[in-house]
Amino acid sequence: QYEDEVEPRKLLTHHLREGLGRVGTPIGCDTSNCGSCTVLIDGDSVKSCSVLAVQADGADITTIQGLAGGAEGAGAEWHPVQKAFQEHHGLQCGYCTPGMIMATVDLLKRNPNPTEDEVRHGIEGNLCRCTGYQNIVKAVLSAASELRGDGPIPGSFQDAPVEKQEVPA
Amino acid sequence: MTEQLDAGLVAQEIAEHPDALSQPYAGGELGRGRRRKEDAKLVTGQTNWTDNITLPGLLHMAVLRSPMAHATIVSVDVSAALEMPGVIAAYSGADLADVMGASMPCAWPVTPDMVSPVHTPLATDAVRYVGDGVAVVIARDRYAAADALEAIAVEYDQLPAVVDMEEALAEGAPLVHESAGTNKCFLFDFPGAGADYAETVAGAGDDVVVVKRRFIQQRLLPTPMEPRGVVVAPIAAADEFTMYSTTQIPHILRVMLALTTGIPEHKLRVVAPDVGGGFGAKLNVYAEEILALVVARKLGRPIKWTESRSENYQATTHGRGQIQDIEIAASKDGTILGLKVELLADMGAYLQLITPGVPVLGAFMFPAIYKMKAYHFTCTGVFTTKTPTDAYRGAGRPEATFAIERIMDELAAELGRDPMELRKQNWIKHEEFPYDMIAGLTYDSGNYEAATEKAEKMFDMAGLRAEQARRRESKDPVQLGIGISTFTEMCGLAPSRVLGSLSYGAGGWESASIRMLPTGKVEVVSGATPHGQGHHTAWSQIVADSLGVPFEDVELIAGDTQSSPKGMDTYGSRSLVVGGVAIHKATGKVLEKAKRIAAHLLEAAEGDVEFEKGTFTVKGSPEASLTIQQVALATFAAHNLPDGMEPSLDSDYVYDPENFSYPHGTHLCAVEIDTETGFTKIRKYVCVDDIGKIVNPVIVEGQIHGGLAQGIAQALYEEAVYDAEGNLTTGSLVDYLVPAAPDLPHFDTGRTETPATSNPLGVKGVGEAGTIASTPAVVNAVVDALRPFGINDIQMPATPERVWRAVHGDGADRAVAGTVAYGGTSTGSTAGAASSESEAL
Repeated sequence: QYEDEVEPRKLLTHHLREGLGRVGTPIGCDTSNCGSCTVLIDGDSVKSCSVLAVQADGADITTIQGLAGGAEGAGAEWHPVQKAFQEHHGLQCGYCTPGMIMATVDLLKRNPNPTEDEVRHGIEGNLCRCTGYQNIVKAVLSAASELRGDGPIPGSFQDAPVEKQEVPA
Repeated sequence: MTEQLDAGLVAQEIAEHPDALSQPYAGGELGRGRRRKEDAKLVTGQTNWTDNITLPGLLHMAVLRSPMAHATIVSVDVSAALEMPGVIAAYSGADLADVMGASMPCAWPVTPDMVSPVHTPLATDAVRYVGDGVAVVIARDRYAAADALEAIAVEYDQLPAVVDMEEALAEGAPLVHESAGTNKCFLFDFPGAGADYAETVAGAGDDVVVVKRRFIQQRLLPTPMEPRGVVVAPIAAADEFTMYSTTQIPHILRVMLALTTGIPEHKLRVVAPDVGGGFGAKLNVYAEEILALVVARKLGRPIKWTESRSENYQATTHGRGQIQDIEIAASKDGTILGLKVELLADMGAYLQLITPGVPVLGAFMFPAIYKMKAYHFTCTGVFTTKTPTDAYRGAGRPEATFAIERIMDELAAELGRDPMELRKQNWIKHEEFPYDMIAGLTYDSGNYEAATEKAEKMFDMAGLRAEQARRRESKDPVQLGIGISTFTEMCGLAPSRVLGSLSYGAGGWESASIRMLPTGKVEVVSGATPHGQGHHTAWSQIVADSLGVPFEDVELIAGDTQSSPKGMDTYGSRSLVVGGVAIHKATGKVLEKAKRIAAHLLEAAEGDVEFEKGTFTVKGSPEASLTIQQVALATFAAHNLPDGMEPSLDSDYVYDPENFSYPHGTHLCAVEIDTETGFTKIRKYVCVDDIGKIVNPVIVEGQIHGGLAQGIAQALYEEAVYDAEGNLTTGSLVDYLVPAAPDLPHFDTGRTETPATSNPLGVKGVGEAGTIASTPAVVNAVVDALRPFGINDIQMPATPERVWRAVHGDGADRAVAGTVAYGGTSTGSTAGAASSESEAL
């Protein structure tokens, strides 16, 4: 809980980053298109560049840094959506990732069992320039499955050493 | 072995903490889909983006930018800004003229007589594009800095904008750079290594078909999700500086900053912290980097500048921007005789780091995978009053690949041939490698047949062709089109001698170091600088495989000129092909020395010592063995090394590639076009890429996906549009359509594997393949769907409006409304109605 005096015009995203030092939420545009700065305000996903800090007065804000229950150390248990993004290689440079993950958490709260098409439309407010979205979609579907209690969808990573480098059929 | 090891105190410590020394290596790292080491910080928000960096006393810089495309600066008055709250300083270009350097660098003079205009970080005499920097404000926070920009008074004397390249070259056109006397930057004339084109066509007599087209490569906005930013930390008293920048090229940047500002290179440290994508747009030396540096030097305070996205679209380099006149000649049986290419390449207002080199790289790629007798390439660089262009994913190769793959389809249509059969007739057969190409390159390996066969199987070509016929027959409002792209590219930039022959200002080597730590852990230092590629993971796999240490025991050090001091950085799909090979070679040097030490410790002849999976053994006595970690520890203690041996297991290697690498592949795209709305939907996208040996298949697939997305975006969505006054009308993400998840299809990816023969890992590079290959595949599919309507081209991006107008408009409307940047209707022959541009001679 923070108590701060803020300039009336200060954007929430700037207050989070510069006022509170919670720089895990990045900024990718100035028109509320890219979604990089998405956070949860009282549980709903919001682009924090489109909210004034004063509008969040009294609200409960969750950023990517608080998603795993505030545990940030090595070995901390990640949120299923965070795990799914790694397991399905749903990120490359990672800049859109905090926003993409927060948007996903909200999407899966509203629609716990989305189709691929619903996932694609559900995250359309978040832009990624690296992945072409395919692995993000897989990650979201996998996280949905895990959150429903059906377990995650197996990822593409290999737990065992390769015997011989084969060209997949 | 313990007594022989005699590693002293550390050995005792390790005996008490056995976990500190690693377990033996299990093997099988190359080709294994390892989870990325990068992800932990990225999915938890513990990343170190440049804009996250804060320092005591940090000041914020904001740049006042020209609202006009072209104007003389009459006066700049910053005095009112200085009165604003929180403002520390404000400078015009004239104020900084003494310190900001004479001109920012262009490292690629493609011809000896190239016009290379003075390009200062802030304009002093005139502004030449909307976004050209005019003044800076330094304030205590970013809001104060932004406010103060509005208090700066600039008087401009407006000059005519120069937007259209052909108009720019016309007699009497207004000049972007008055002193140059011309808007022509250079003419690069490359006659190829074969016969004369005109003579070849003439010599063919009646047996020739010539197809000509004009293709437009629209300008694109690279749009890495992280905008650019820079932080400079000075040690004022020592005149030393650390720069943190969102750059792909900290090493090149450091050299260029030194040369530009006069600050000695060894007093500059450049760090690329976590960088959120680059795609070529961060492969540069930018005005704001120099400004932040010289202002930090002037004020003795740390300076930060972070651009907004709208600023990024004006002030960060754009990609593409070419008019391509291409002509292909073939015998009536379909055998290609020759290719003639005339490019106009939009430089924008100034030359950035490699602006002129980007279109010139295309010279080597237009002939692609096809055999021919004659080839002639010319490229004219043109100045316009627009943001400078420079590298964007593929840089010269997507443009070339688009043109050749598009015109192959048009040649097939002209000849009434199946487009794939025509390609098969003309491409290099797998048994013909290595093959000396007409553009002067030697392709070392490839198997176009295998990739195509696999792709066609995955695609169900026969089934889709049958469906297409049914839809055509029934005049279905939704038509199906099938597009092909059998591309190749050149990666692994580059053999230094080749770059020298092209007048490029640097070499193409890459540097690597291995540092064996006392406990057997390994630090690998690379001069390639990651910004999303997964280097930490992939390089760990290479090192683990070579040295026989666990993957977890390897740490990458990169992106900081203090800790990874030598490098040529990351672009052109070179990291693995050049940087990865350098790492592999550096591990070889470590093993060579470790073997001598092991032999000494094991009291065996060096020739009798064998190495496998991290363990040295003596032939014939399996009980005599040492792990590489034990050798590292013994080397650290240095109690018992061969006489005269340096007590170190570290190594350096600088690798200069002997050839480029040539990934290739077959991409097949099926689109559904609703002819009533003009909307194009990608129904199926199959690609089979041959990128040689791979290190991590999951990372590879991710690179392909992302590349496809950007190539498809050029085909269908993205275009930087300028109006006649030189305003960028797609100046934010509201107007510039970066595709979101629903705009892209599911990709079916496959691989074939023909190892590169020019490097020991057999790798070819994968960063740009998807982007290079996909654009023509998509546009070929769109044109294929519309061909029954008499349409033989569509200008990119193939928006619903353009498609609808092509289908429904009259002749005039079919001349697609293009960007004013390219002269609008003057380039109308590129799209719309089938004009008889093909001539049977």
